[in-house]
Amino acid sequence: MAINADNRQAERLEPGRTATYDLPDAAGHFGPYGGMFVPETLMHPLEELRLAYERCKADPAFQAEMDADLRDYVGRPSPLYHAERWSRELGGAQIYLKREDLNHTGAHKVNNTIGQALLARRMGKTRIIAETGAGQHGVASATVAARLGLECVVYMGEVDVARQEANVYRMRLLGARVVPVTSGSRTLKDALNEAMRDWVTNVDNTFYIIGTVAGPHPYPMMVRDFQTVIGREARAQILERTGRLPDALIACVGGGSNAIGLFYPFIEDREVAIHGIEAAGEGIATGHHAAPLTAGRPGVLHGNRTYLMEDANGQIIETHSISAGLDYPGVGPEHAWLKDSGRAHYDAVTDDEALAAFHHLTRTEGIIPALESSHALAYAHKLAPTMRPDQSLLVNLSGRGDKDMHTVARHDGLVL
Amino acid sequence: MSRIAKRFEQLKARGRTALVPFVTAGDPKPETTVALMHAMVAAGADIIELGVPFSDPMADGPVIQRATERALANGVSLTHVLAMVRDFRERDPETPVVLMGYLNPIEVMGYADFSEQAQAAGVDGALIVDVPPEEGHELVTTMKAHGLDLVYLLAPTSTEARIARIGEVASGFVYYVSVKGVTGAGNLDATDVAEHVAAIKSIISLPVGVGFGIKDAETAARVAGVADAVIVGSAIVGRIESLAATPERIPGEIADFLAGLRTAIDAASV
Repeated sequence: MAINADNRQAERLEPGRTATYDLPDAAGHFGPYGGMFVPETLMHPLEELRLAYERCKADPAFQAEMDADLRDYVGRPSPLYHAERWSRELGGAQIYLKREDLNHTGAHKVNNTIGQALLARRMGKTRIIAETGAGQHGVASATVAARLGLECVVYMGEVDVARQEANVYRMRLLGARVVPVTSGSRTLKDALNEAMRDWVTNVDNTFYIIGTVAGPHPYPMMVRDFQTVIGREARAQILERTGRLPDALIACVGGGSNAIGLFYPFIEDREVAIHGIEAAGEGIATGHHAAPLTAGRPGVLHGNRTYLMEDANGQIIETHSISAGLDYPGVGPEHAWLKDSGRAHYDAVTDDEALAAFHHLTRTEGIIPALESSHALAYAHKLAPTMRPDQSLLVNLSGRGDKDMHTVARHDGLVL
Repeated sequence: MSRIAKRFEQLKARGRTALVPFVTAGDPKPETTVALMHAMVAAGADIIELGVPFSDPMADGPVIQRATERALANGVSLTHVLAMVRDFRERDPETPVVLMGYLNPIEVMGYADFSEQAQAAGVDGALIVDVPPEEGHELVTTMKAHGLDLVYLLAPTSTEARIARIGEVASGFVYYVSVKGVTGAGNLDATDVAEHVAAIKSIISLPVGVGFGIKDAETAARVAGVADAVIVGSAIVGRIESLAATPERIPGEIADFLAGLRTAIDAASV
């Protein structure tokens, strides 16, 4: 294994140390994590992508186009909402919700697909491919493809196609072709494999929009950069509102793009505690969960080294979460590094805890959260009462719960 | 000199192009594999590529994906694959065996443990599909210390600089992927392949094998005219799949198929 505990110790970011955080390195590594673990055919295309991205990043015209789209099409900035009633009920810290649920298409996913689709157009690509689990990233990709007039193919595990019918229909309405993936476990990880296979075959005209901060370099860096608009806005908003930084941040972590988007602008603010919350499913002890940072170990999958859920022989195992968007056996490599370095703390909440938080927020604030985001809310539910009322907690409400009506109803014994 | 290097030297002396069949270890049954390996050697295989099953074979097309799923359903792990090679070596001390697969099973076993056990089992080298030279330093160093060759892929998208870089770390041979795509994909363009192989040979001195898209005697013959080795995977694995219900027939039928390729390759190499 390439992970050297001594090096890791030496590079550890001590709390209070003011070193500038500048990961990944030029080769896409976050400490021992990340990198480019792909077949040779993709190495040169990934290099071209990195160069094109760096050109766009430095180009004020690209940034202006992106900012205008985020404002006029997505509806940014998203509000920062003080959940006063919920805070009072929990009897501790003041809870602020970053309202990514109010974005066009209903989640944070579109921040990234807007950026990657504009990049695709700059690179002269005419065809977009994407993978999706719950369908949120597929919808966000199909949406921007429709707007830019690009062909769009979305790979989705056969199991997910069956359980996310409404999103499949949304993608088709938007003009995307949804391809059910029948290999392996027929879920998100297999959809990612299939999208990679498409990309390796059609790399000349095709741009692969990865939906999270995973995959080979430069994806984890690029997707993070597109999502940091969440944290930049939230940081300015809470400073304006309360005059100080929050005491803690909370976000749910599947692949981890909404979380890194919130966390990144606060990484050097050592006084801000960072909590990433994975899906404990039916409980960590049952093995039926999707919590690689909490209960997995490092390995290599989908182009990067990171924490994985795998068996003793290195085969990737099936995950479980009530939230399809968290149902993934890996996690973005930057989260792996933030865990090892001690800068962020990762924990997991169960399906039942997430559902309880889902109902609680819905009843006290009139906001129906996505089941993914409900994992972050469930942790806020535990943490807030341990804090003082003059402290604040910033939670990323990464998506809205409309898509989860069938799942929640089924759990309550109803069929809609 | 490694068993692979020695094999290529013998072939060169005889003016013969290598025939390199690929099969997935443990497909359709674990007990089929060693007998099949011996049958392939008897039918004219010069080097055997043995696929190590992995749950997420992102560089493979549907035929090899299904073979992988059959092998995994049989519980075949990297440890079992090494045991198969050990078994094969009892009767065949000469034919090189190259493992082909993905990094994670090796990562979990540990580079040192893997290299030690592979060497002890009689493995000659490995092609780890998702490890480019940029990520392979520690693995290459450890494997080479155990006398194992590290075979690398080259692709139509590889630039001259990349070819040179791979030439510095590869040993045994390099494997030119003849089409942009996954295993078993597309139609190979013989003229295009000839140009790329010539470009590779002008930069690096190792033997060049060509694979992906060699389906029959005709394509094998076309590739044999320009390459040092003809690598055939999906065409064999697809035949194995169609015989999965009668595994006892597999060694014989695959040997017949390879014998046809052998004849075509030898006719083209002269």
